[in-house]
Amino acid sequence: MLTIDTLTNEIDGKAILKGLSLTINAGEIHAIMGPNGAGKSTLAYTLGGRPGYEVTGGTATFDGADLFDLDPHERAAAGLFLGFQYPVEIPGVSNLQFLRESLNSQKRARGEKELNGGEFIRLAKEKAALLGLDMDMLKRPVNVGFSGGEKKRAEMVQMGILDPKLAILDETDSGLDIDALKIVGAGINAIMRKPDKAVLLITHYQRLLDYVKPDYVHVLAGGRIVKSGGPDLALELEREGYAEVVAA
Amino acid sequence: MNALTLPTRAREEWRYSDLDAVAAIWPTPAPTRIDVAAGDAAHHHMLQDAADGTAAVHDYVVTVGDGARCDFHVLNIGGRLGRVTINVKLGKGSHFELGGAILGSGDQTLEIVTSVTHAQPDATSGQTIRSILSQRATGSYLGKIAVARDAQRTDAFQSVKVMLLDRTATANAKPELEIYADDVKCAHGATVGELDKAALFYMASRGMDPATAKTLLLRSFVAGVFDSVADEAVRETLEAAAIAKLEAMV
Repeated sequence: MLTIDTLTNEIDGKAILKGLSLTINAGEIHAIMGPNGAGKSTLAYTLGGRPGYEVTGGTATFDGADLFDLDPHERAAAGLFLGFQYPVEIPGVSNLQFLRESLNSQKRARGEKELNGGEFIRLAKEKAALLGLDMDMLKRPVNVGFSGGEKKRAEMVQMGILDPKLAILDETDSGLDIDALKIVGAGINAIMRKPDKAVLLITHYQRLLDYVKPDYVHVLAGGRIVKSGGPDLALELEREGYAEVVAA
Repeated sequence: MNALTLPTRAREEWRYSDLDAVAAIWPTPAPTRIDVAAGDAAHHHMLQDAADGTAAVHDYVVTVGDGARCDFHVLNIGGRLGRVTINVKLGKGSHFELGGAILGSGDQTLEIVTSVTHAQPDATSGQTIRSILSQRATGSYLGKIAVARDAQRTDAFQSVKVMLLDRTATANAKPELEIYADDVKCAHGATVGELDKAALFYMASRGMDPATAKTLLLRSFVAGVFDSVADEAVRETLEAAAIAKLEAMV
């Protein structure tokens, strides 16, 4: 589904990713872990196409298409979802309005029929219930006044409504207490644990992986994947620390 | 505000105007007079959507009687020069409320010029202006508030927010307070900003194409200005005209 080959990039002239390669197949959940400053969020933003994250070499192929040939909104329409570590607040635009415009923009781009108001509300209700988010929250402006946990749950409601093929979730577990972590974990499984979908979880900590079991775990350090393994690698990292594992 | 001789830039209220465009239509029509009788409530609106390249100047002189209320809404979007001036005199315990939006593109010069005189005690006034300017457009709000010596407990505010879509556009926001009473609250605030890039990327990452995302952000920026329009048909007319102009701008 996603093949990244020797990807290098720069932000403000500074090299961050230094030849990163990774292949994710449909039906798989991958976790990328790594110390602060390893380039984890940079990888997420680069794949999402954030301005300023300049690709200087390498390729990324998403469902047969050159990912870097697509604008950010085209990547979304192609089925890529980027979960933000810090979801953006948009005063004056309600979650419902935001999501309906987003979904219908994607559908227009794919030549599909747009959802009318009633159809959209039904879908939003269903996905909000899945994440235990009150519909009243979705009537409020995007992320404005939301707690850290509410923002992350709202992100997962967005993911449920947009129904992507590949979700790249950047520190979705940060700011969550244990109860919220369980809900978000269950939400990720319900929405994305399917044979035709895939997930790339970017996380600092093992704890999200208790709820969303990865098939593969990778260690990102110095802008490269330095080690890959099964779920046990996450436990080893938790036990030994990054320095030990990276040095080994 | 009408005068026999052509205005010059030396006159403060014409400082940022397009005087060549004014000359072409001089003398401008006599002002429209609005008298709100004591205790009454009146609603007025002005949709300034003159044809491309033309000039339009609309002057209003408003008297609000004791205990009366006047709500005024202005959408200023058309013409090479579009100028709306409102000169208000407030009676005892009366209220004047202005909601104005300026949406300018190309080489347009669009202006809202107000002068609100609190002549008697206990009157209140509120003015909310939102401007979105692109290309080489100039959008100006000049707002004068005069508080007479006897007009104690005056409460007045001006809120001006401007969004510049291009660095070549110009915004002028000029409050002018002339206060002779001592028990007075006059607040004014003005901000000039650009579209939030983080919000635009967030919207793009959810699938919105740039035009859809920008239009949604700009709609939310001016939303609220016309919320208080009492007549639903008028509100829809103003909102539809604003959206059509915004869609043409992004």
